[in-house]
Amino acid sequence: MVNLLALVPTILATAEGEEGHAVELVSGGVFADWAGIMLVLPFLAFAGIIFYGTRMKHLGAELAIGAMAVNLAWASVLFVSNMVEGIFHEFSVEIADIGVVGDHNLVFELGFIVDGLSIMMYWLVAFVSLLVFIYAVGYMHGDVRVTWFFASLSLFAGSMLVLVGAPNMVQLIIGWEGVGLASYLLIGHYWEEKENSAAAIKAFLTNKVADVGLVIGVIVLGITLGGFRFSTLNQAAADHAEGLAGVAVAAGFLLFIGAMGKSAQFPFHIWLPDAMAGPTPVSALMHAATMVTAGIYLMARTFPLYQNLAMDARDWMIPIGVITLFAMGLLALVADDIKKVLAYSTVSQLGYMMTAVAAGGYTAGLFHLFTHAFFKALLFLAAGSVIHAVHSNNMSDMGGLKKDMPYTYWTFVIGSLSLAGVIPLAGFWSKDEILATLNHEGYVAFMWVAVLGAFVTAFYMTRAVGLTFHGSYKGDGRPHESPKIMYVPLVALAVPSVVAGVFNIPGVSLGPIGNFTDWVGARVVAMGDHHPEAIEWNLAAYGLIAAIAGIALGWLLYGRDAETQQARDSFELPGLYPLLRHKYYIDDLVLAGLVNPIKGPIARATDWINTYVIDTIVNAVGFLTAAVGRLVYGGLDQRGIDAGFNALAGSAGEAGRALRLLQTGKVQQYAGAFVIGAVLLVAGFVIFT
Amino acid sequence: MILNQFLVLASLLFALGVYGLLARRNAVAVLLSVELMLAAVNINLVAFEATLRSTFATGQIFSIFVITVAAAEVGIGLGIVLMIFRNRTSGNVDELDLMKW
Amino acid sequence: MTDWMTEPANWAFLVVAIPIVISAFRVVTTRNIVHAVLFLVLALAGSAALFILLSAEFVAWVLVLVYIGAVVVLFLFGIMITRAPIGYETSLDHANRLPAVLAAAATFLLTSWLSIEAFGDREISNVGSPTPTEIIGVGIIERFVIPFEAVGFILLAALIGGVTLARKDLTPAEEDEASSV
Repeated sequence: MVNLLALVPTILATAEGEEGHAVELVSGGVFADWAGIMLVLPFLAFAGIIFYGTRMKHLGAELAIGAMAVNLAWASVLFVSNMVEGIFHEFSVEIADIGVVGDHNLVFELGFIVDGLSIMMYWLVAFVSLLVFIYAVGYMHGDVRVTWFFASLSLFAGSMLVLVGAPNMVQLIIGWEGVGLASYLLIGHYWEEKENSAAAIKAFLTNKVADVGLVIGVIVLGITLGGFRFSTLNQAAADHAEGLAGVAVAAGFLLFIGAMGKSAQFPFHIWLPDAMAGPTPVSALMHAATMVTAGIYLMARTFPLYQNLAMDARDWMIPIGVITLFAMGLLALVADDIKKVLAYSTVSQLGYMMTAVAAGGYTAGLFHLFTHAFFKALLFLAAGSVIHAVHSNNMSDMGGLKKDMPYTYWTFVIGSLSLAGVIPLAGFWSKDEILATLNHEGYVAFMWVAVLGAFVTAFYMTRAVGLTFHGSYKGDGRPHESPKIMYVPLVALAVPSVVAGVFNIPGVSLGPIGNFTDWVGARVVAMGDHHPEAIEWNLAAYGLIAAIAGIALGWLLYGRDAETQQARDSFELPGLYPLLRHKYYIDDLVLAGLVNPIKGPIARATDWINTYVIDTIVNAVGFLTAAVGRLVYGGLDQRGIDAGFNALAGSAGEAGRALRLLQTGKVQQYAGAFVIGAVLLVAGFVIFT
Repeated sequence: MILNQFLVLASLLFALGVYGLLARRNAVAVLLSVELMLAAVNINLVAFEATLRSTFATGQIFSIFVITVAAAEVGIGLGIVLMIFRNRTSGNVDELDLMKW
Repeated sequence: MTDWMTEPANWAFLVVAIPIVISAFRVVTTRNIVHAVLFLVLALAGSAALFILLSAEFVAWVLVLVYIGAVVVLFLFGIMITRAPIGYETSLDHANRLPAVLAAAATFLLTSWLSIEAFGDREISNVGSPTPTEIIGVGIIERFVIPFEAVGFILLAALIGGVTLARKDLTPAEEDEASSV
């Protein structure tokens, strides 16, 4: 470890709101050198669960939780080390040659990277995963496929770590696809119901369409740069390299398309609400905290590209982010399924993050990612707790659960307040930073949209709280609080939902390096984003007022009791609400425009080609081969060769049969033969001698 | 006398004997034909003897031998025919085809 | 031809030869087997006459004695015992006589052609007096004693064979009895 005192002057300078420059980085010692273990452990757990899980006491959960616990410990060490001094370590091993392009030799490498951004992600993934795994032991108790569930979760965790620890774009894609696969497996966990497997396929295919952009973008960048490493890319971007500048906007936009798929930006958002068909722990982990943030992560990882060369791409990225932020948030107003509310909320918040990063707010986007992971996971797990108790997802079946489920209630409220952005909870600080960034970078109009979005967020969350926990329970019996194994993670998540804001109060430094801003900014290439030196209270006030207004309106409309839940949920904005209920008809559009044509005519045409063209060819070949075989066998072998031999043998028999007729048994005939023979012999002698 | 007149006569007798040997059905008749053939041979021998006039009348001596052997042969031949006749009560040679295929 | 006709020997030859041929022909074609035997007698007698013509008297008389005297009688006995059809009956010949005719014809043509080719017009010159029997006897004993003995064996074999063939089949009991006696 380096002498801390020597670093003090530099560190303090960084903490003072300059345009950030690179922190002095050290190689982090043993924990950084061997950080690749974190990437491997979940896969080992996966293998272990597959082979031994069913024989274990908790059906494989022990291995998953164990792997995550180790990862969390390791990542915590790295996190703390990074707080003390910026760590950087990159390790790559070449696996194979891809090919030669121009005068570059493209290689396929695997490895891991340890720097501020990835450390933050490692820790986040490990922390949330561990709590969700523990929660899932209770939630999935008695499920028919517990072992496979934990195996898929481990697979997911491993893929996510591979993704965030990828030193090059190819490995990122590997991790990207891995989490996509895990998502498919886990959304379709209850595949006995057709809708669930349909939802899994929808998620997978939507992501796949977006991945086209990602892959093409990676190829373009790889060929331009002569390599796939992020360090190469970021360095070239910081140096304003000419070759890169030419393709930067296109490549940047292509990468963004990939990010849109994974992070559910409009119009690729359609899969996320349907992904709620999966078990709630899955929704909490993947579709709130970690997997969906992969797109944001990608944008953050390649930030220098957008900051220096691909600024024009931002003209598209920011509007998309803003639309996602606002329009998707509105959809949460009319949802009856509590998980759908949270899903739309997630999409909306992802819009916030994407807008922030696209607008140049590297830290703002990442910090919101950080805090959002806590309170959104918390909200999902709490919702799961409610669903577990009430055996229904719909808020119309809930109500009055406040008395019976206190832990769930209070943690849910904490999560909601954090999400709404109420001071001093974590969400306030992160949302405020986004507003500040938008304002600073000149996107004032979008900032007001974001403020309006905050109002809507607060409104629908209060609606959710009211419908779920207030009023009176209209169902049978009395729902009970969840077991300890389920509400302890809730509490564990509630804590950072409250306090995590401390990590990034502008101008407040938490250690030798600074605060969250500097931790994630501790990368080889300076991010060059704006670091505010102090909180701008006027912007913060807008956000806060919007949040409180939303809460107030929500409480007014949904806090009261009524005869039925339907009566409580009777607030209606004409024109808007019906449109929202149909989700802007987007799904119908996709179905009619994309799915049905492919399912119908195109699929039928392909099938026709397959049956009548390809199969015909294959069958013909097979038939021909068989015919040739028969020909050779019948004609050549049987009739030709065998006939030859048979004829040979037969002729011997025939000769015998013919010749034996000579043996008439009649002596006179023999005598006659003698005479004739003798005559002929003598005649022969006489004539020829 | 021309030698050939005897030889042709003898060959005629021999040919007739061959015909009888092959064409006759009765065993005794076949033996008769054999006798005819032997007689023809005798004529040949004696005719050659007359032509060549050897010291010891070789042809005639051999002729005597032929006659003797013919007699022996007829004796045995008829004995065999008798045996066959005892078994089958038929003297036809074309019924003796046990060696048939 | 006319020269040949002038010699009386040749006339004698013809007188003897023609009956021989005719009787030989009848031997093989007659349907009555006893007639066949009698025609054989005629043929043999004729050939004996030819022998005399060729001054081989001893052979001629031996032929008459042995052949006609013994063999023909043997034949007649054989005919009697085998009850060959005496009198005209179903044919003594095969149905299909053509091959025999062909074989016979071939034989005749070959041998006659050969002899004519080989000897042409060679004459039997100086037939002379009949061969003395003494010469024949001396010849047998001096020159041809081994064939003579061989022929003796043949006769012995024929004798024994004939007796064996002719005797009745004894039952085993009778056989033991016969051998013990």
